[in-house]
Amino acid sequence: MPLYHDDDQAMLADTASQFMGEEGAIGKQLRHWRDRDCKDGFGHDLWKQMAEMGFTGMLVGEDDGGLGMGQVEANIVLEEIGRNLTPSPFLASSVLAATALKHADGAVRERWLPGLVSGDHVYSVALDEGPKHRPEKIAAKAEKSGNGFRLTGSKDFVIHGASADMLIVAARTSGSDSDADGVTLFAVPKDAANMSHEAVRLVDSSMATHTKFDGVELDGDAVIGEVDGGREILNAMLRAGRVGAAAEGVGVARGAMDMTVDYLKQRKQFGQLIGEFQALQHRAAHLYSEVEIAKAVTIKAAQLVDGGSEKADLMASVAKAKVAKAAGLAVREGVQMHGGIGMTDEYDIGLYMKRDRALQEFLGDQYYHAGRVAELSGY
Amino acid sequence: MAETDLESFRAEAREWLEANCPPEMREPVRDEGDVYWGGRNGSFKNDAQKAWFEACRDKGYTVPEWPKPYGGAGLSPAEGKILRQEMARINARPPLSSFGIWMLGPALLHFGTEGQKQKFLNEIARGEIRWCQGYSEPGSGSDLVSMQTYGEDKGDHWIVNGQKIWTSYADEADWIFCLVRTDKENKYQGITFMLFDMANEGVSTKPIKLISGYSPFCETFMDDVMVPKSYGEDIPGYVGEINRGWDVAKYLLGHEREMISATGGGDRASSLGAVSARQGELDPVLRAEMAMFDVDALSFTAMSEKFMDELKANKGHPAQPNMLKYAGTELNKRRHELIMAAGGSRALEWESEETQGGKTARGWLRTKANSIEGGTSEVMLNVISKRILELPGS
Repeated sequence: MPLYHDDDQAMLADTASQFMGEEGAIGKQLRHWRDRDCKDGFGHDLWKQMAEMGFTGMLVGEDDGGLGMGQVEANIVLEEIGRNLTPSPFLASSVLAATALKHADGAVRERWLPGLVSGDHVYSVALDEGPKHRPEKIAAKAEKSGNGFRLTGSKDFVIHGASADMLIVAARTSGSDSDADGVTLFAVPKDAANMSHEAVRLVDSSMATHTKFDGVELDGDAVIGEVDGGREILNAMLRAGRVGAAAEGVGVARGAMDMTVDYLKQRKQFGQLIGEFQALQHRAAHLYSEVEIAKAVTIKAAQLVDGGSEKADLMASVAKAKVAKAAGLAVREGVQMHGGIGMTDEYDIGLYMKRDRALQEFLGDQYYHAGRVAELSGY
Repeated sequence: MAETDLESFRAEAREWLEANCPPEMREPVRDEGDVYWGGRNGSFKNDAQKAWFEACRDKGYTVPEWPKPYGGAGLSPAEGKILRQEMARINARPPLSSFGIWMLGPALLHFGTEGQKQKFLNEIARGEIRWCQGYSEPGSGSDLVSMQTYGEDKGDHWIVNGQKIWTSYADEADWIFCLVRTDKENKYQGITFMLFDMANEGVSTKPIKLISGYSPFCETFMDDVMVPKSYGEDIPGYVGEINRGWDVAKYLLGHEREMISATGGGDRASSLGAVSARQGELDPVLRAEMAMFDVDALSFTAMSEKFMDELKANKGHPAQPNMLKYAGTELNKRRHELIMAAGGSRALEWESEETQGGKTARGWLRTKANSIEGGTSEVMLNVISKRILELPGS
């Protein structure tokens, strides 16, 4: 498969670009909700509009009312989300949760998928335990209790956890903390007793929670997939989520770079456009190279995920790490090249830096993923 | 072409390679002697190399995507990609390497007359004539268009005088494609892209010894060399039009940059960290650097693949090869710095048998030229900022 979009995908990219550029624009969404101190961190109206566009259920199978599309298509939407810094539950709900629910049996899918496709519901995932992403270790416990389970433990960096109608929680049903086996995924509804959220606003104005499960009683219907067999589903979620986060990061990088290059063509100092200075030209050209390469490895990783390739895991980590490097460079160069105004809240370039910082941490930063590349390569 | 046809092509290619590529030709290329370069004085290192070359030559697989009448196999871009994948799968060495394939061939396919294509492309595809490139001059490196080698018009021929530098393997080449000034008044439109035999009277070469100790390049001197304007019916002694050689040179520079960038990142199949760790324990910080390098190298491999896909579909920015050249060569330099670090004092050895005559150190030094030859990294960044980012200025 060639590493560019086919005609249908190119059309989707045009549609997504136009939609996010208008409806998802920084002034209309990110600043709007931030300046109103919105407790969700995103707008539900936009989420409904995204449902009308068919975005929310892109990865949901056609039998379940979705579009049955793949990672490449989801990435197209995510890149536009990144470019416009559009706050939305798309990555957590439509990519991560949707990927998990693909593995659920009929009753669980019927319960949760219609709300996702229609945009009435928002879902999230509770994976991390602690400030760094370490999904190899899962300490939260779900013990047998009657016909169901009793969930105990705590999770961090749960994206808009307090607004989610359902959380997908990775918990241990057997073995010890660092075992690969013995993990089970649960769909925990919003109104579950003994679940509590401490909501925190993050640097990029998004909302997340520290969530505690203090003996949450779950019936057997909450289980996604097989008991003790959640690791494989979790890995599928992580693969999709990481490649998706990489696509959003490519969008952030492109947005920051485009803005900066435009600025170099407008700003005058010492009687000339600063874009005429070779010191800045070379840095901008280097940045362009890095962003192009990040884009290439992201579409490669997405195609490998869609093709079920055995290299998908490796390339998902390569893409997440490479995009983190390139997007980090884009926002740092962006702020520096904007000079003083780059430090002001009024200018958008700083918003790119903040979003990039949050996205870097989500599902593993460049150090985590470079380490994983080494391990998967055998050293 | 339908997906099923491509799959049957893949099966055919696989079967053909299985039958025709000797096991010795499925080993990594260790040095330039491991690949056949063709030419009047071309010699084979062993029988396997000869058999592999001849099988590919007869099948059109020395230049698989060139049209059949010119010595190729006439493969479509999609088929060409599949053949490359299948060759890479079994680590097949290239059957023939030459500047004719990489550079003159593409220029002739684009600018050549039918007569030139029939003659020169077939000679290249069949490994009969080895070409070298005469571009740079002692006073004209990055500023190539300032070149001075002059051809005086004598009616049906030119008399060429001047000096070229960095002519790769000029001492082993049969013919040269050479930029020669034919109009002193007109900087860009005063250069002709000439083709002539290195055996002509007045052509001499002198190898240049590099910091690696190797001499892959020469100085080439032209002292009253007669270059005919025609080698027969429809076979001009120059490519394109007289005084419009710069157009051809620019087109070719694009190809050279693609070629150099295509080799960037080195051995694509293996992770640098994994190879190095097998040779000895890595210090933790070096291991981390290797991991970061592997991230960049694997990403660049995807970039190269994307670039080739886009090239074949006529997508992508025309100045994109400059980006690949820049990123690929910088990456390769970094790769060799890490190889030296992992190798420790053993990697310093200059002549020992253990290092096959200092291959590690010499290879490391050789890569320093990657970001100079074919346009420096700084020139690449200039081109990216002007032509792609459209930044202002001279």
